[in-house]
Amino acid sequence: MSTKIKDASIPTIPFKARLSRWFGRNLLRIYMIFGFTYLFIPVAYTFAFSFNDSGKSNLIWKGFTLNNWKNPCGAPEVCSALGNSIKIGLLATTFATILGTMIAFAIGRYQFKGRSSSNLLIFLPMATPEIVLGASLLSLFLVFKINPGFWPTVIAHVMFCISFVVVTVKARIASLDPRLEQAAMDLYANELETFRRVTLPLVAPGIAGAALLAFSLSFDDFIITNFNSGTLITFPKFVYVAAARGIPAQANVIGSSMFFLALAIVIAGQLVNRKKAR
Amino acid sequence: MSSDPITARGDLRLTRITKSYGDFKAVDDLTLTIPKGSFFALLGPSGCGKTTTLRMVAGLEEPTVGSIHLGETDITTTRPYQRPINTVFQNYALFPHLTIFENIAFGLRRRGIKDVKEQVDKVLSLVELPHLAERKPTQLSGGQQQRIALARAIVNRPALLLLDEPLGALDLKLRRQMQIELKWIQREVGLTFVHVTHDQEEAMTMADTIAVMNEGKIEQMGSPADLYDDPETAFVANFLGQSNLIKGKIDGNDGDNLVIDLFGQKISMPKSRSHAVDTSLYAGIRPEKFRISRTGTAVRGNTLAGGRIEDVSYIGVSTQYVVAMPWGQELMVFEQNDDGVPPFNKGEEVIISWEPSFTFGLRGDEDIEAGTEVNPEEIDE
Repeated sequence: MSTKIKDASIPTIPFKARLSRWFGRNLLRIYMIFGFTYLFIPVAYTFAFSFNDSGKSNLIWKGFTLNNWKNPCGAPEVCSALGNSIKIGLLATTFATILGTMIAFAIGRYQFKGRSSSNLLIFLPMATPEIVLGASLLSLFLVFKINPGFWPTVIAHVMFCISFVVVTVKARIASLDPRLEQAAMDLYANELETFRRVTLPLVAPGIAGAALLAFSLSFDDFIITNFNSGTLITFPKFVYVAAARGIPAQANVIGSSMFFLALAIVIAGQLVNRKKAR
Repeated sequence: MSSDPITARGDLRLTRITKSYGDFKAVDDLTLTIPKGSFFALLGPSGCGKTTTLRMVAGLEEPTVGSIHLGETDITTTRPYQRPINTVFQNYALFPHLTIFENIAFGLRRRGIKDVKEQVDKVLSLVELPHLAERKPTQLSGGQQQRIALARAIVNRPALLLLDEPLGALDLKLRRQMQIELKWIQREVGLTFVHVTHDQEEAMTMADTIAVMNEGKIEQMGSPADLYDDPETAFVANFLGQSNLIKGKIDGNDGDNLVIDLFGQKISMPKSRSHAVDTSLYAGIRPEKFRISRTGTAVRGNTLAGGRIEDVSYIGVSTQYVVAMPWGQELMVFEQNDDGVPPFNKGEEVIISWEPSFTFGLRGDEDIEAGTEVNPEEIDE
């Protein structure tokens, strides 16, 4: 215990000033806590209600159970809808990533006639309301006598995912020093080897990010899918239809799983990056 | 001619090379031979075409007109990976996703060489960085990255090593050290080095032969001493060191010497050192070749009387004077502080003298400001 010596020469800071200083220092932290609370309350709610012993309607808390997690396919059609969404998502992601990456290289690396207009046009699907895209795609398919269903949905998803892939990959290409590719060619790597050993590994994080984005956009899409999938039930469609009579708790289980899976992927990516940087 | 270019060896010959970008000629009808085994420097200010020339030799650009031969093999349109030529890039261009070991091994692996490990280890110890093999390029300092870039190129034992402003990103002290090291390594490995730089001191320190480039053309080529002592153009006289250029007229012959009239005062100079095409010429004298004497003392050689000390700067190893001459020109004089003569004071009347054989003569229609307006810190992209 030390004795406090009151020294008149050291001015004491008044309480009001101390308080305002504390706020000044911690304002950002407080704001952050509010921000994250706002963002994560729905997620927490979804997660919590995945443990609800709900029966038919999952609106009121009726008691804790692990049954929903033990038996995620318990509700009728929930897992076949999920399977459809995953299939469509994977196919759409694959095509959109390949095509979008090629477009990104073309626009990012080469000078050609119509380059700046392609650059602009690629943004259009992102800016067009989905309801319009979905409706016009449906009429387009019908004109060509293609019935709505699985493949038309995949085509529609590829279409709206491409723009996002192009934008993401292009940003990565823009940050790539062209001298690295020149150095590879100078060191006896032909065009193909240069692409495989230098260009692709350096652009890969951008491509991976683009693929994740494309998958989540596709998985999540309701409006365009609803127009073009016909009788096929995807997960968002299932939830939408179920909402009328009460969403089964299994939907919360799947939603929460998706969230934790995405979180795990992001964390793994960060860890890999940190390891690479070391 | 049918031989594989990758095995080509010998002198590098550029024949009447032109590279145009629209109306702009980056390189203009350039002919140049770089002998095998030499340390050759292409020296010039930013935008003079030296980097473009280097990129054409590397195969990263194709000449608009002209041909490039390595020994007897025409490599003008050969792809960069089919040439036995490697480059040390200006900002090193090390592959950020590969370790130092894999960076150096890159060229060996592409060519399917067997003893990769052994060769990489050898070159790493040549550049004195064997302990960094498992690091990534971003974990290295600038000087270390520079050496790895060099190691990555020389491990391939190319017929020709190109260095594009290799020391531009290093600080002055490190640059000096690397100049000496590069020269040592060149002798050690016995490869032909072609070095592009805007830094005249760097070129003079390292190269056996320098080609001074300006506006896409070669102004003059020769050993550092030749270029410094007997520049043929005002650009070379000003770009390599400093020069005093005094307007004059050829006034007659005296054996092997020319008699020159400089504003009414007669001097002489060797005929062989005059590059004038008619009777008008600029007499050039390097500032350190001048001697200053007080008016009235006896002096040898060429003399110019009527000078007045305008400014004195004591530098330590030398004292730099600005001397105003009767015809209105200010001359630069560097005096070694080795003769015990107390420095001259501002305003003193002096005579300037020098050995006639130090004089060089330039054409009378030259722009005497050529090559002076260059910022030495500029980096040519």
